[in-house]
Amino acid sequence: MTSYQTNAEILRKEQITGDIFRLTLNCPEIADQARPGQFIMLKASAKNTPFLRRPFSVHQTSINGRVQVLFKVLGKGTEYLASCTSGTLLSVVGPLGRGFTLPQKGTSVCLIGGGMGIAPLFFLAKRLSRHHDHYTSIKVMLGAATAKELLTLKSDFEQLGMPVEMATDDGSAGHHGFVTDLVQSTIGENPPWAFYTCGPHPMMKKIALLCREKDCFCEASLETMMACGIGACLGCVIPRPLPTESGEQYFHVCKDGPVFDAGDILWK
Amino acid sequence: MEIGKPKLKVQLGSIQLKNPVMTASGTFGYGNEFTNYVNLHHLGGIVVKGISLLPRPGNPPPRIVETEGGMLNAIGLENVGVLAFINDKMPFLKEAGTEVIVNILGDTVDEYAEIANKLNNIKGISAIEVNISCPNVKKGGVAFGADPKMVSAVTRAVKDNTNLPVIMKLSPNVTDITATAMAAEQAGADAVSLINTLMAMAIDSETRRPRLANIIGGLSGPAIKPVALRMVWQVAKTVKIPVIGIGGIMNTEDALEFLIAGATAIEVGTANLINPAITGEIVQGISDYLSAHRLESVQEIIGSLITE
Ligand SMILES: Cc1cc2nc3c(=O)[nH]c(=O)nc-3n(C[C@H](O)[C@H](O)[C@H](O)COP(=O)(O)OP(=O)(O)OC[C@H]3O[C@@H](n4cnc5c(N)ncnc54)[C@H](O)[C@@H]3O)c2cc1C
Ligand SMILES: Cc1cc2nc3c(=O)[nH]c(=O)nc-3n(C[C@H](O)[C@H](O)[C@H](O)COP(=O)(O)O)c2cc1C
Ligand code: FES
Repeated sequence: MTSYQTNAEILRKEQITGDIFRLTLNCPEIADQARPGQFIMLKASAKNTPFLRRPFSVHQTSINGRVQVLFKVLGKGTEYLASCTSGTLLSVVGPLGRGFTLPQKGTSVCLIGGGMGIAPLFFLAKRLSRHHDHYTSIKVMLGAATAKELLTLKSDFEQLGMPVEMATDDGSAGHHGFVTDLVQSTIGENPPWAFYTCGPHPMMKKIALLCREKDCFCEASLETMMACGIGACLGCVIPRPLPTESGEQYFHVCKDGPVFDAGDILWK
Repeated sequence: MEIGKPKLKVQLGSIQLKNPVMTASGTFGYGNEFTNYVNLHHLGGIVVKGISLLPRPGNPPPRIVETEGGMLNAIGLENVGVLAFINDKMPFLKEAGTEVIVNILGDTVDEYAEIANKLNNIKGISAIEVNISCPNVKKGGVAFGADPKMVSAVTRAVKDNTNLPVIMKLSPNVTDITATAMAAEQAGADAVSLINTLMAMAIDSETRRPRLANIIGGLSGPAIKPVALRMVWQVAKTVKIPVIGIGGIMNTEDALEFLIAGATAIEVGTANLINPAITGEIVQGISDYLSAHRLESVQEIIGSLITE
């Protein structure tokens, strides 16, 4: 797999809500190679602080060489990214990691995103929409704290012709409660299902366990602390359920993931 | 007067490096992780992730945490073990077009000896670097690198089991690093490299928990550079064998500072994690610096610190 390090120009910065932003970067090689579920490492500072790069899922790419990331401001790195104006150059490494496995023909597909976990699912949705007729149905379920955070994203999915169900913590849009509540009622209809999920750990765990119970295909995109993103530092581990023959006890999320078969994960 | 391209070759005991820029163990994987970003052929050498006799799973997460001007790591020496290294990693490395230096570690003196022995006749290995910043399980877990006597014992054990040049990688977690450097030299080391990470920790005041599962980890990055420079300078004045400078090298200027302090070569560590092309850039940067200063060879700056 080829990946690149390049200085990408910020072509556009959109403020989705108060602390959620979307950056459009010009990096043709990465746009060309990226697959849904893969991520990039951004240098989120002009100097040495913050010191390490920050990982972000590829939100979407375009044939004219653009890569988008969708992020929420949490700390220094994301604050820096939110403060950048178009024209700024950002150092990018990517595309990295193992992305989603595309579903088989004839399956019912369900994408379940919580918070910023929605970012990689949109890229997957775009890819699936190329062959919409291959799938029995494609459902999208989005969860967030409040309606404002979802509206732009909801219409992005709807433009692909995919119906969107929402769940918000404060009940300001869609179901008042967890997005996982929506999954429960879906899983019985029109098998076989392929579930794809990214978001807070408890959400993914619930979906993973539900899918295990009903024997459904399910992939989840996980997060850990990462220093390099390229498999060199061995910092980004999560435990494997069983050691490998050669005695490996951990997955390296940046290489073996970030997307995993949900059945391979020890959900704590 | 026009001068040609500056000469970058340096000699580390019996091995010649095409330039003084190498990678530091644990920050460059087994080399193959970096081929997308840097031409390995341009490097002076690659020092691979530390290898033990048997595979090691490493520590539970979190293993890394960012700190001001650097990071802490407690990887726990996760590695594939010496046999898998030879079978799975060496075929790529021996074609990489650069010197391959194998970093080794052990729990006991005998274990170091055994790994050295297993690596001795493997084609494509240029030297062994010995990580002595790990605990001696037979001596209550005191790091080998903390005690000159243990440093001698490990150096001898490795030398007795290999024909390859042996580089002892010194720990900075000591009162007097020149004492362990001299112990390594007297026991027959062909070179010393320094520094390994500084023992450190980080706490989350909200949760009152350590930020690393292992509680303690090793500090690396720009934060340690002044300490590393001081130690390299002291050791270079003390021993006659070549010194390899390591610690917080992020760019060409940093690398030059170590050479000026007396290092014959340098290893770039944490910087690889942030800029995977940095080693190639530093090779070019040193060459440009020499040209700009009208110096013919990198030898002219090694140990050239002006103190009067
Ligand atoms: C593969 C991967 C893909 C990601 N994709 C996205 C994305 O598309 N959009 C998005 O908004 N975020 C994404 N993240 C999380 C993002 O990397 C962090 O939010 C970011 O690093 C925070 O940096 P900061 O300097 O602003 O915050 P910091 O000051 O470093 O930390 C602020 C808070 O963020 C948490 N945090 C820091 N680093 C990480 C991390 N690597 N993973 C999870 N939490 C972290 C810390 O626990 C802390 O509470 C992804 C993470 C991974 C591993
Ligand atoms: C993630 C990581 C893993 C490391 N693993 C090893 C190792 O296996 N063996 C070793 O001798 N040093 C190891 N080191 C230490 C480095 O080789 C180097 O001595 C140290 O990080 C200081 O250099 P730097 O500041 O340029 O990183 C590791 C450092 C880091 C950051
Ligand atoms: S982040 Fe460095 S190995 Fe995964």
